[in-house]
Amino acid sequence: MTEKKETKLVSVPSTTMIPERDINKPLVLEAIHLGIEFGGLKAVEEFNIGIGATEIAGLIGPNGAGKTTIFNLLTKVYQPTHGMILLDGKDTAGMNTTQVNKEGIARTFQNIRLFDKLTVEENVKVGLHNHINYHVPASILRTPKYWKEEKKAHMRALELLDIFDMADMADVPAASLPYGAQRRLEIVRALATEPKLLLLDEPAAGMNPAETEELMNNIKKIRDEFQIAIMLIEHDMNLVMGICESIAVLNFGKVIAKGTPSEIQNNPQVIEAYLGSRKEEKA
Amino acid sequence: MKVLSKLSKRGFLNYAIVIAFYLVFQILSVTGNLSSSLSGQLIPIVAYVIMALALNLVVGISGELSLGHAGFMSVGAFTGAIVATALQASVPNGILRLVIAIIFGAIFAALMGVVIGIPVLRLNGDYLAIVTLAFGEIIKNLLNCLYVGVDGKGLHFSLTDANSMNLEADGITILNGPMGALGITKISTFTSGIILLLIVLFIIKNLVNSRTGRAIMAIRDNRIAAEATGINVTKYKLYAFVTSAALAGSAGALYALNYSTVVPKKFDFNTSILILVFVVLGGIGNMTGSIIAAAVLTILPELLRQFQDYRMLVYAIVLILVMLITNNEKARATMVMLRKKISRGKGKEAQS
Repeated sequence: MTEKKETKLVSVPSTTMIPERDINKPLVLEAIHLGIEFGGLKAVEEFNIGIGATEIAGLIGPNGAGKTTIFNLLTKVYQPTHGMILLDGKDTAGMNTTQVNKEGIARTFQNIRLFDKLTVEENVKVGLHNHINYHVPASILRTPKYWKEEKKAHMRALELLDIFDMADMADVPAASLPYGAQRRLEIVRALATEPKLLLLDEPAAGMNPAETEELMNNIKKIRDEFQIAIMLIEHDMNLVMGICESIAVLNFGKVIAKGTPSEIQNNPQVIEAYLGSRKEEKA
Repeated sequence: MKVLSKLSKRGFLNYAIVIAFYLVFQILSVTGNLSSSLSGQLIPIVAYVIMALALNLVVGISGELSLGHAGFMSVGAFTGAIVATALQASVPNGILRLVIAIIFGAIFAALMGVVIGIPVLRLNGDYLAIVTLAFGEIIKNLLNCLYVGVDGKGLHFSLTDANSMNLEADGITILNGPMGALGITKISTFTSGIILLLIVLFIIKNLVNSRTGRAIMAIRDNRIAAEATGINVTKYKLYAFVTSAALAGSAGALYALNYSTVVPKKFDFNTSILILVFVVLGGIGNMTGSIIAAAVLTILPELLRQFQDYRMLVYAIVLILVMLITNNEKARATMVMLRKKISRGKGKEAQS
């Protein structure tokens, strides 16, 4: 941790999600004064966050609050118009989505985006792309290096699929998987890129309570096994309150509350954002 | 059928089809049962099959549309013709000269692919179709006013007329503007064409079943997800496009060196569309389909020659029928059933 970074944190106390965070604990991601305007519309403004290296963080808020926009900003699908994003202390300004992924942010999508015509295993192997070490001539000439690396990738892909017990579906086209399995495959593909931070956009959407329960355990398992940070957007409060160590609540593009699950549950502003205030009801 | 499905599963079906095609026509021609018009079509058939495979790499695997692949074929054809004629004295061996000409044709077409691909493939959408359409026309018109000659001092170029090249007395005009490449020695043979076709199949198959191929198909299936998975979209689209251009160039060189004269007009928009028709009819992304469609649709007009006036009518009807069948739900269901039957047969075989 550099001195420069510490002063930054001190000068922006709201950067850390958990107020009592140890300031010397390494942060994998910091967003400082992050914002984006579309024309005159401020979709996200003054978003400050810090995520610890092995933290599970939650991002909640009503529909249209800007949660997915924040994921798109962090992964540079949109270039932020304000503020900065530090990944492991490194400024990501000027990077594109591909470079950000190589630096260590992987994500899933709210509306599932798999490589439909490829098989489950191939989807994971695309995730392993930057960790497979051979080039075009080797693949055309089928050199020993090609076979060695492909075998390694095959083993690794099956290993990753095993997290969700999906290894037996390896040869099935991704598009023909059931909905829940497609969501799980997206997570496996993201994990294959060996991220430091995994962004999950509504991982439990469309899952039944039993599946959600299983997903919660798996998210914890992933964090413990891979020692990575996870940030998730989710509407299922059982999941959010059950596994997130810190939560940020977003409304109309602004953070209205940050804290531990119990702090969020009792925050009057959060209750108002979700349920509306008495005054509005009358009007 | 069992053998077929086994071959197809291992990816050797395409090689088998090509070799079978070669043997059939070779036997026919040795025994003298091949009409002269059809035997003259053998090398063009092989060249068009390669073109269809090359275009399928762009349309089927990479998911981009190219409407100017005849342009790359043309670059390969004229580069091949120039190289082969210029090396006539120094490389007397025909086969070796053909190989050099094909390699140069492929390299120049690939360079053109890079020139077009770098700016265009950075964009989303159908820009590639528009630009390649223009490219095909530009190349045709450029070659229409290009004069190339060779003499003891080397190659001479001109954009005005043949005289301004100032060739020495022993010089030969290779490319004579709109009259095209003249006095080419025919060095392409059916066998060499088939070998080139097998190499092209080998390259495409190995490229597709690799890290690079997966990246290209991932971009086709979902560009945003591919970016988020750490794949450099422009780079891999460019790989697919340039490889395709190079293969088209090699087909062009093979094609040109089968004739004594080749005119730029031959590689116009209609040719580009014809190749696209092969790809669409054979099934987008289906290499076996491309081979069969290109071969059948090149032979068909020759076979229908005896029907004279009705030739194009029958050709059109065949096209419509094929499209109806390939897009028909019932026909598809039958195909799926057939495939299941085959695989079930295989399952039994494995159990016993």
